[in-house]
Amino acid sequence: MNLDFTQIVPYIPFMIEGIWVTLQFVIVSILVGFLIGTVLALFKIGSIKPLKWFADAYTSIFRGTPLILQLMIIYFAIPQLTAYDISPFLSAVMAFGLNSSAYVSEIIRAGIQAVDRGQTEAAHALGIPYRQMMIDIILPQALKNILPALMNEFITLTKESAIVSTIGYLDLMRRSQVVGAELFRNFEPLLFVGVLYWSMVMILTLIGRWVERRLNVGD
Amino acid sequence: MLVIKVQKLSKMFGDNQVLKDISVEIKAGEVVSIIGPSGSGKSTFLRCINLLEKPTEGKIFVAGQDLTAPKTNVTKAREKIGMVFQHFHLFPHLTVLDNLTYAPIKVKQLKKADAEDKGRKLLERVGLADKEKAYPNSLSGGQKQRVAIARALAMEPDLMLFDEPTSALDPEMVKEVLDVMKDLAHTGMTMLVVTHEMGFAREVADQVLFLDEGRLIETGEPNAFFDKPTSERAQDFLAKIL
Repeated sequence: MNLDFTQIVPYIPFMIEGIWVTLQFVIVSILVGFLIGTVLALFKIGSIKPLKWFADAYTSIFRGTPLILQLMIIYFAIPQLTAYDISPFLSAVMAFGLNSSAYVSEIIRAGIQAVDRGQTEAAHALGIPYRQMMIDIILPQALKNILPALMNEFITLTKESAIVSTIGYLDLMRRSQVVGAELFRNFEPLLFVGVLYWSMVMILTLIGRWVERRLNVGD
Repeated sequence: MLVIKVQKLSKMFGDNQVLKDISVEIKAGEVVSIIGPSGSGKSTFLRCINLLEKPTEGKIFVAGQDLTAPKTNVTKAREKIGMVFQHFHLFPHLTVLDNLTYAPIKVKQLKKADAEDKGRKLLERVGLADKEKAYPNSLSGGQKQRVAIARALAMEPDLMLFDEPTSALDPEMVKEVLDVMKDLAHTGMTMLVVTHEMGFAREVADQVLFLDEGRLIETGEPNAFFDKPTSERAQDFLAKIL
């Protein structure tokens, strides 16, 4: 055993900067994933058949292939096909956003469908129009089912974001490898960014619990 | 004045015919009990009246309007038809008072203060004035059902549909709900009640509809029906439950 954490001290600011770089594209990806996922979920529960087929096919493709493959296809294939030199950041946001939306759409669909059918019937019987029923009656109740699973998806996305190190995006993971290569010591930088990832996930978990408690009024 | 006219109503669920050729007329202010064995189609019949189930054939007129016509605005028509469900279906994320005022404010565009005044009066009428800030899940079954009745009344409907309103309640809570319904009947509200409470049917109803296997077998004034049912199936049914 020859562990020496003092050697990574000069590189700590460089690695900590990676938190922001990682968060930047994770946050954008979550937003993209949530927006597209919501639209896909509405397609899935709606009555327009072609939209439903599209959403189901989309989900099947993005859940049925490895994320790293999707990332590589976007990063390497877009320049080949269109001569547009896509940046690692944009590739990462596209791959993670599109991939996440497939999972998010399933979470939202299941959350909406888990709301008691009687709620819809009661709203119909009172003459409440569809849009208002969705916004004021169904979605607030669905959110309680959705939120824990959605938080899980965000946590997964934060951790899986390390995959972007494979296309040279200088995120937290990539930075630990850069430091490891420079020092010829890998354990210390890897352990260090491991703690950083864990801290980020813990903060997300705590935020999730807090929001969940706020939503549980009335139970 | 006729409030409901049902003409040759039939309903299929896939290949399964649950209602066959039912025709009924109900006058304003009448209280009608719908009885019959389970699976006889009585709930489905009731749910057709406000189009929660879409009739396969036949016509339904409520207050002169043909609900089954393609151009009818069903959402609008439902404002005038109150419904009370077996399992209450209160909105669990809203307080009792908000349950009562949501639809009047959002659908009928009532001012919030006016809707709340009316809501409080209705809560008083069903004996729950002290519960306006409570959430539904903190109430007993009987209380929930009384709130559900008040919620439907808040829309000032022309008629009220009750789908087995006491079937999900503990026995000691049945009376409080039936009492509210009796009061309502005395105000002249037109009511259709699917029920297993034969005492209520006999005491309060003006007319009894007896359904079996999706057909309307017998209709009549309650005393005559319960004392001397004419059809064999009604005789069998009453022999089993009374």
